[in-house]
Amino acid sequence: MTDERIVPVAMPKWGLSMRAGKITGWVVAEGDEVSVGDELADIETDKIAGTLEAAQAGTVRRIVARVGEDVPVSGTIALIAPAGVSDDALDAAAAEARAGIDAGVPDEAAGGPAVETADVGGRKIRYAGAGQDGEVVLLVHGYGGDRNSWLFLQEPLAARHRVYALDLPGHGTSAKDVGDGSVGVLADAVLGVLDSIGAERAHLVGHSLGGAVAVAAAARDPRRIGSLTLIAPSGFGPEINAGYLRGFADAQTRRELKPVVGQLFADESLVTRQVVDDLLAYKRLDGVDEALHTLLGALLLPDSDAQRTDAATAVAALGGTVPVTVVWGRDDRVIPAAQAEAVAGAIRVLVAGAGHMPHMERPAAVQAAIEAAIARAC
Amino acid sequence: MARSITYREALNEALTQEMARDESVIVMGEDNAGGAGAPGEDDAWGGVLGVTKGLYHRFPGRVLDTPISESAFIGAAIGAATAGLRPVAELMFVDFMGVCFDQIYNQAAKFRYMFGGKAVTPVVIRTMYGAGLRAAAQHSQCLYPLFTHIPGLKVVLPATPYDAKGLLTQAIRDNDPVMFFEHKALYDLAGPVPEESYALPFGEANVVREGGDVTIVTLGRMVHTSLEAAERLAADGVQCEVVDLRTTSPLDEDTVLESAEATGRVVVVDEAHPRCSIATDISALVAQKAFGALQAPVEMVTAPHTPVPFSGPLEDLYIPDAQRIVNAVKTVTGWTR
Repeated sequence: MTDERIVPVAMPKWGLSMRAGKITGWVVAEGDEVSVGDELADIETDKIAGTLEAAQAGTVRRIVARVGEDVPVSGTIALIAPAGVSDDALDAAAAEARAGIDAGVPDEAAGGPAVETADVGGRKIRYAGAGQDGEVVLLVHGYGGDRNSWLFLQEPLAARHRVYALDLPGHGTSAKDVGDGSVGVLADAVLGVLDSIGAERAHLVGHSLGGAVAVAAAARDPRRIGSLTLIAPSGFGPEINAGYLRGFADAQTRRELKPVVGQLFADESLVTRQVVDDLLAYKRLDGVDEALHTLLGALLLPDSDAQRTDAATAVAALGGTVPVTVVWGRDDRVIPAAQAEAVAGAIRVLVAGAGHMPHMERPAAVQAAIEAAIARAC
Repeated sequence: MARSITYREALNEALTQEMARDESVIVMGEDNAGGAGAPGEDDAWGGVLGVTKGLYHRFPGRVLDTPISESAFIGAAIGAATAGLRPVAELMFVDFMGVCFDQIYNQAAKFRYMFGGKAVTPVVIRTMYGAGLRAAAQHSQCLYPLFTHIPGLKVVLPATPYDAKGLLTQAIRDNDPVMFFEHKALYDLAGPVPEESYALPFGEANVVREGGDVTIVTLGRMVHTSLEAAERLAADGVQCEVVDLRTTSPLDEDTVLESAEATGRVVVVDEAHPRCSIATDISALVAQKAFGALQAPVEMVTAPHTPVPFSGPLEDLYIPDAQRIVNAVKTVTGWTR
């Protein structure tokens, strides 16, 4: 019988297609005390490298998975337990976990949910959902991103909610036509996906441009929106790294794109070859170049390096009818974290050790902020 | 990019999407329609290996079966290109290209130059190359070095389904004559390919594996053999960087030189004969422009300077395999002055 004070640390599921991960290095050792959010291990998948953070506090009593071996998603890689748990009990639990890893990755295809398509004003908008019960949460990515930007968050949030992520027009596998490139066109897609899901009420989480889009969607139909969580949103001040935006739109090669994408992160080593290759493959799809340049016109004032988007007025006009949380990485080099002050009436969460992508660099902190925002609204 | 399709299907999709996008794109060659173009032939072959299957019915009048006269139909395709069409001509095996060399290297390759940039020749010549199918000396050669030698031709060798679709799309949209090489052994290789159209630029090599110890520069089918060797070497603690040239003309010198300078050790893997080949070309480039960074002489892994043998066991020995690449890598890592 397993001692229920033993908490297994599981191989995370980063993205709907992930079936196994490989530990490239342990940050902790047996005997270390960890707090929630502490880094445990560096993990690599065929898509991305990331750092697993502790979801529970305690003492790391056993490390099960070796560096370099493939571990199936949800396989136990370490055990956290208080000092009172006996070594025998831990050894038994570790042996069971070891057998799970040795059994290998199940053969059946990754059972991720099917990608759905909504027709919004003649545009095909793709989205994918995870989770069976609870509140509807819709994740809205930023400029140049796609629904996979949420790979560290969608599955964890889906433990308690029905979590959807969409590809905005011009992005991912959605239609590449962005019309006039206005935030309004993108907000249409968000509301269209909510219609397609059949959600009468939803919580919106928007990153960067997606933050301004979420605000615009909420302004159109505030009663439908349970809460807004804005991650480094655009539209709350004039200052923005226009060089980043133009550099991203204009980059044609891996060599040009890599340093640009590096500006998104506090830790540039997260920008692997695969990350750059995936972005380049997206940028080379027919219509994407035009879409990104059209959207630039909505993000920046003409002949200027200042933001054109205004989300601050819309948030103020909501007048607290929709609770707003704003999350910002302290080391954001795209939009300064100081603009969090301009989000009227919001709960503010500043995340250390993160740049413009806190949901990728410090997912546990962002998840906690989203869960708290949903809990407050219910 | 979750969907997986074969190299053959990726080529077919590029042709289908470009023909739908641009009505000046036509397809011509031996058995490209199949059944001598008889209407209602749903089982038409679509080329000897089925790459053009389904196009004949979808694009009436734009898929032409030609007589077995390469010099005539390659010449016709080049002429049609100068007159405003974008023909994709299939010359079954590159081994037969000899009978239409004048049309290719003395006409198509020269028009833009000789007419002061006023003439363009947007023709694509698709062809199969490479050994491994027991097709012997006249149906198994590589020959891409011959075309790389000619200024005015672009030479493309996709190694993956993703590259096959993106490079063929670019080849069709390109205003210069493009020689498009498809390895027979790759048609059933499956891999992720976006459903939407996309074009991959020419002259951009792909670093398909990163590593700091040795650079393997390769192309076409040998990319996969090199990756197999790199995988084995990694087990011994040797990390190889594998560079897929993707196009030999234009050539991405920067990516080759940057990797060579970082590792100081270079192995070139080329399925063609060893003389005047891509292997010698890359070796010369590295020796001339990255000499100061080299820790060992450049090694070449190629086929021998013989015709492709008819005998199966000899053909297997003829094609460079992963073990020979492993040996070459060990030679450059173990080299001392």
